[in-house]
Amino acid sequence: MGIEEKAGNLGIVTTTLETVVNWGRTNAMWPLLFGLACCAIEMMGAQASNYDLSRFGMELNRASPRQADLMIVAGRVSRKMAPVVRRLYDQMPEPKWVIAMGDCAACGGIFNNYAIVQGVDEVVPVDVYVAGCPPRPEALIDGIMMLHQKVMREKINGKKEAPIRIEHPLMQVK
Amino acid sequence: MAEPITVPTPQQIIEPALAGRTETMVLNMGPHHPSTHGVLRLVLELDGEVVVNVAPDVGYLHTGIEKTMESKTYQKAVVLTDRMDYLAPLSNNLCYALAVEKLLDVEIPERAQIARVLLTELQRLSSHLVWLGTHALDLAAMSVFLYAFREREQILDIFELVSGARMMTSYFRIGGLAYDLPADFIPTVEQFLAIMPSRIDEYEDLLTANPLWLERTVGVGVIDAQSAIALGLTGANLRATGVAYDVRKAMPYSGYETYSFEIPIGKNGDIYDRYRVRIAEMRQSVKIVQQATERLRELGPGPVVTPNRKVAPPPKREITESMESLIHHFKLWTEGFKPPRGDAYVSIESPRGILGCYVVSDGSPKPWRVHFRAPSFINLQSLAHMAKGRLVADLVALIASLDPVLGEVDR
Ligand code: SF4
Repeated sequence: MGIEEKAGNLGIVTTTLETVVNWGRTNAMWPLLFGLACCAIEMMGAQASNYDLSRFGMELNRASPRQADLMIVAGRVSRKMAPVVRRLYDQMPEPKWVIAMGDCAACGGIFNNYAIVQGVDEVVPVDVYVAGCPPRPEALIDGIMMLHQKVMREKINGKKEAPIRIEHPLMQVK
Repeated sequence: MAEPITVPTPQQIIEPALAGRTETMVLNMGPHHPSTHGVLRLVLELDGEVVVNVAPDVGYLHTGIEKTMESKTYQKAVVLTDRMDYLAPLSNNLCYALAVEKLLDVEIPERAQIARVLLTELQRLSSHLVWLGTHALDLAAMSVFLYAFREREQILDIFELVSGARMMTSYFRIGGLAYDLPADFIPTVEQFLAIMPSRIDEYEDLLTANPLWLERTVGVGVIDAQSAIALGLTGANLRATGVAYDVRKAMPYSGYETYSFEIPIGKNGDIYDRYRVRIAEMRQSVKIVQQATERLRELGPGPVVTPNRKVAPPPKREITESMESLIHHFKLWTEGFKPPRGDAYVSIESPRGILGCYVVSDGSPKPWRVHFRAPSFINLQSLAHMAKGRLVADLVALIASLDPVLGEVDR
């Protein structure tokens, strides 16, 4: 079945370099083990037995930013924490991506006050926004799949796409 | 009188080290560290691998919840309480609701009382499951985490059934519940109760007699009862030292005095005893949920919010039929109710210890001040006392066994 039969025994598949690189990147993404608040519990839920994020090659969290290429900002970022988040982002090697998980990370959520940064995109560039307070594990997985698709579309010349927003189905305007 | 126990500030450790006045090494742990359970920063003073002193630095998750509550009406502030101790949102709801109810002096219907007890006990189970999973994970026992989260998902499904949300339910409102329990609530809970005791046995099979687990926990992080009380330790951490103090027994609320359950206590006050106490607590919670389910079934349907129209809006059906009710509903949600001037303090037993809520009213529809006595925050200050003279690796086990939730520490 598949390409081997068509191509005979040559053992050769033709594709573009871009596709191969991007394919490699999506299937071995290492998220940073980084929980901030309530959303981190749902992120743990997504990695645990019921939702099993390892189906997407994502179960291996790295505690060190130097070994990670995806930062899932799971929770509210306080003014005291913001410089730390930026520093962690700077310590991650290129190429790197950021998912803002939850309303707090996306826009400050219900905390419009002196203590919370109104959206983590004030400190780090965000690729995918996942809405919800907290987002269900399914929503996070959806966000991760979107990011995978986005990575697949990436150009090797390093040009980046605009961020994606994933909103609750009830809030989407048709 | 024993010597007072002091907790150093980070500055007290860092400054002498920078000035080169010490022989010890200063190590910064956190705020991004896999086993500080959130964004806790610890400044460690080390002699080789032995901890000389620990200074916790909190505030990395400061959310301004107490301040924000002052700008919300009483009912709307319930939503904020969910996000403090995010492993036990319902306990927070309950504590805040009880405090405001005390201020207003309203009676809660029986059905709502039972549902509150039932759901907070489920919450205790789910919170202890996260503690168990992450505690084992910190000591490199990965599988317990996966098992614990399997059961936790079932509890979250029950919460979703009653409130529509998995975690941030805001289901307990001032004057009762947000809405009635669904019809298939009791069978779902019973289904869960049927499996839970055997699942707790399963966790115990994995850990209780596991030599590696014993090695890391027995005799580690010991605190005696006297110091524990002096440091304000509460919850399972206090009970592990042998002090049988539980608010559910000492100052019963929501009708806890009518349920039969025991307070599990430990002996040595080490990590292992805390583990045993929490596991035993889970079994007691299952027992309470069982009793509550039976009562709910016997009681049958009934009101779940107080009939006091000054506090709770009229039922939905009435709103569609009568103009006065509609106006009343509108007034209540835009303007809110006005409790009399005064203050009220209520404490409950949250999964982490004594959670207290102090509300001050100036007679306006918004609270003048709300303050929470956060058990995690106060438990955390005993860390330095317990970690002194132990290895850094023990510190990791110690943090997990105290079970702090940083959202509650910083609020
Ligand atoms: S979005 Fe909601 S659940 Fe997530 S961190 Fe903010 S308050 Fe907590």
